[in-house]
Amino acid sequence: MSDQALSPAPRSAETSHPPLPETHFIRPPKKRGRRLFNSLQPWLFISPFIIIFCLFTLFPLTFSVYLSFQEWNPVTGLSGMNYVGVQNYVEAYDDPWLWKSLYNTFWLAIVSGVPQHLIAVPVAYLLVYAVRSSLRHVLTATMFIPFITSTVAVALIFYSIYSANTGILNQMLLGASKLPLIGALFAWVPDVMPIKWLTKSDLIKPAIAAVVIWKYTGFNIVIYSAGFVTVPQDVYDAAKVDGCNRLQQFWHVALPMIRPFIFFAMTLTIIGNLQLFEEPFILTSGDTGGVGQAGLTTSYYLYLVGWEWLEMGAAAAISWILFLIIAIATSIHFYFNGRKGMEGNR
Amino acid sequence: MRKTLALGIAASLMAFSAQAGDIRLDGFPDFNSHLDKIIPVYQEDHADANITYQMNNHGDHHKRLTTNLATGSGAGDIAIVDVGFIGTFINSGGFENLSGADYGADALADQFVGYAWAQGKGADGNQYGIPVDIGPGVMYYRRDALKAVGTDIDSVIKDWDSYIAYGRELKKRNIYLIADAADVAGLIIRTTVKEGEGFYFDKDGNSLITSQRFVTAFNLAKTIRDEGLDAEIGSWTNEWYDAFKSGSVATQLSGAWLLGHLQNWMAPDTAGLWGVSNLPNGIYGSWGGSFLAIPKQAKNKKEAWEFIKFMSADPRAQIAGLKNIGAFPVLTQTYTDSAFDEPIDFLAGQQGRQLFAHVAQRVPAVAPMKGDLIAEDVVLNGVLREVLNEGKPVEQALKEAERLIKRRVK
Repeated sequence: MSDQALSPAPRSAETSHPPLPETHFIRPPKKRGRRLFNSLQPWLFISPFIIIFCLFTLFPLTFSVYLSFQEWNPVTGLSGMNYVGVQNYVEAYDDPWLWKSLYNTFWLAIVSGVPQHLIAVPVAYLLVYAVRSSLRHVLTATMFIPFITSTVAVALIFYSIYSANTGILNQMLLGASKLPLIGALFAWVPDVMPIKWLTKSDLIKPAIAAVVIWKYTGFNIVIYSAGFVTVPQDVYDAAKVDGCNRLQQFWHVALPMIRPFIFFAMTLTIIGNLQLFEEPFILTSGDTGGVGQAGLTTSYYLYLVGWEWLEMGAAAAISWILFLIIAIATSIHFYFNGRKGMEGNR
Repeated sequence: MRKTLALGIAASLMAFSAQAGDIRLDGFPDFNSHLDKIIPVYQEDHADANITYQMNNHGDHHKRLTTNLATGSGAGDIAIVDVGFIGTFINSGGFENLSGADYGADALADQFVGYAWAQGKGADGNQYGIPVDIGPGVMYYRRDALKAVGTDIDSVIKDWDSYIAYGRELKKRNIYLIADAADVAGLIIRTTVKEGEGFYFDKDGNSLITSQRFVTAFNLAKTIRDEGLDAEIGSWTNEWYDAFKSGSVATQLSGAWLLGHLQNWMAPDTAGLWGVSNLPNGIYGSWGGSFLAIPKQAKNKKEAWEFIKFMSADPRAQIAGLKNIGAFPVLTQTYTDSAFDEPIDFLAGQQGRQLFAHVAQRVPAVAPMKGDLIAEDVVLNGVLREVLNEGKPVEQALKEAERLIKRRVK
């Protein structure tokens, strides 16, 4: 085939045909309407999305930028707004509870984030290579259930698990201390009972982190299982020929091959964990972040400022500060891991 | 096509434009159980009145009302406002001035419990909220615990020292004095307010948080906690209900409304084991209360006002509230009703409502201030728990709280 056949029809072709009678072709008013319709058609089809996006995403986004430079108690109505310049940002800078909340946010992001992946990667590897595929699907689905369960339900269940006097966790620890063989390991338990998981400031964060790990590890297992499935068998065969054992295959073959998946899952964890809200909110009963604000995350704090203290301007400023911090954290992650992380796609 | 569209718009407009006599009341449960019973009574005299209501749970209702006021749309003709929010809401400019000529609320003032009426006043001295129920503060106590110690209730509540002494005796018998020591601090902070001061701020908006009232309150709660006299149980938790059922906690400071909760679902099997008394140290205080207000955006203000007068100032509706949902009346003339003399089986035949009425008429009025919501969160939910649970020094905690609040409240 010649090059010409692939390119648009040459001009000469137009002239070579005899022109059709004009009446067939030109009906000026209708044609114009139709052309307009044709050009608008695609927009029409995507308009539901565009309208919803503008109403519920674009408008609130731009409005919150505007709001962050205002002082506004929402109950005074829209006319109650006062322009205050950057005051909200300046005040946020020396707000002790905001700093506390940022510390808590990062603490929780790291402590509840890292174990998710340390557990999910080996579990996914075992699921893909050591379990029959029919069973694997059942197991993966089971581990995915916490992720799709309502956070409110999860947090409420954990709330009663952690209950100091009647919670099952403390009861199990007490029970363990009475067992014959391992009892010695738990000998310290009766002395510290009841352990107040949710009302001691140094226990609140670990208690919240445990819930987050439990809830989101299954999601990462699904991502990593999908990743391990993509690794071709012949790479392992080649490694075996070179004398790699199972562990070496995992470390030197499987792990590097799923790098893009690790990168993706980590990105989601960083963004999600820095926005943690429901788990700490419910576990501390919505009560200014628990004792000593130990469970007060930044999302939680901006909710408190906006909805409990009715300072929407200050809350908007805090939300943009949080956005900036998430953006920076994600960029750092991209800078250090991005190039390697994306490698698998090339 | 154009015609059907026009018809559709007209129809939807009609649906939105309320008929005369149509009013909607926005509130939170259990008001619906009460309304279901009193709306038919109201309609006997107002045959054309069509009253509907929209109930959301307590927190959501107030968030929704906030959004309604912010955007100037979506609110009903009457809004129920909890006392915790009244200070912020009535000064917002979003509600009708009921002292105005169209309403003339001030003429009703004498019929109401004084402190509740005062709470519904804005900073400009006008009435924006009409109280509909109140929570006179009392102490519930277990009669069996009292008997075990071998004392009488009057010597227990004489002052805070005698109250704590009772706690020490109870401790020897493995009973806690109170569920949460923080309640004592909260009570003292809310009740021993000097004339002309707010809870957390004085008239000029200066913080009172490092004043003696707060130091005393914090120290007393700390003593109770440090001596192990409280069960360290938060309100509205399963452990709290368990404590009422098992009798592991001997006293609970609360509003009159707790009685209904105790006998209906928290601990019905403990009927006859309870008694009710004045608060310790001769304090008069209140727990909770609700107000009715008309949003400026309301469509049927005249009818709304008529119904508010019925709910708040008509003895029939007020007594019905007491019977239907245990909402304690704000109308002083109702206190002579025979319902107040009824002995209450749950309280071992004590005429509890007489005590509630006695307390209601003696609670001092404290004006709500802008910033109360933040101050309460920071002081009672924030630093008080650090003092009690983590042993933070009282003075330091109060200074921190003051610094935080000063930044936020301008």
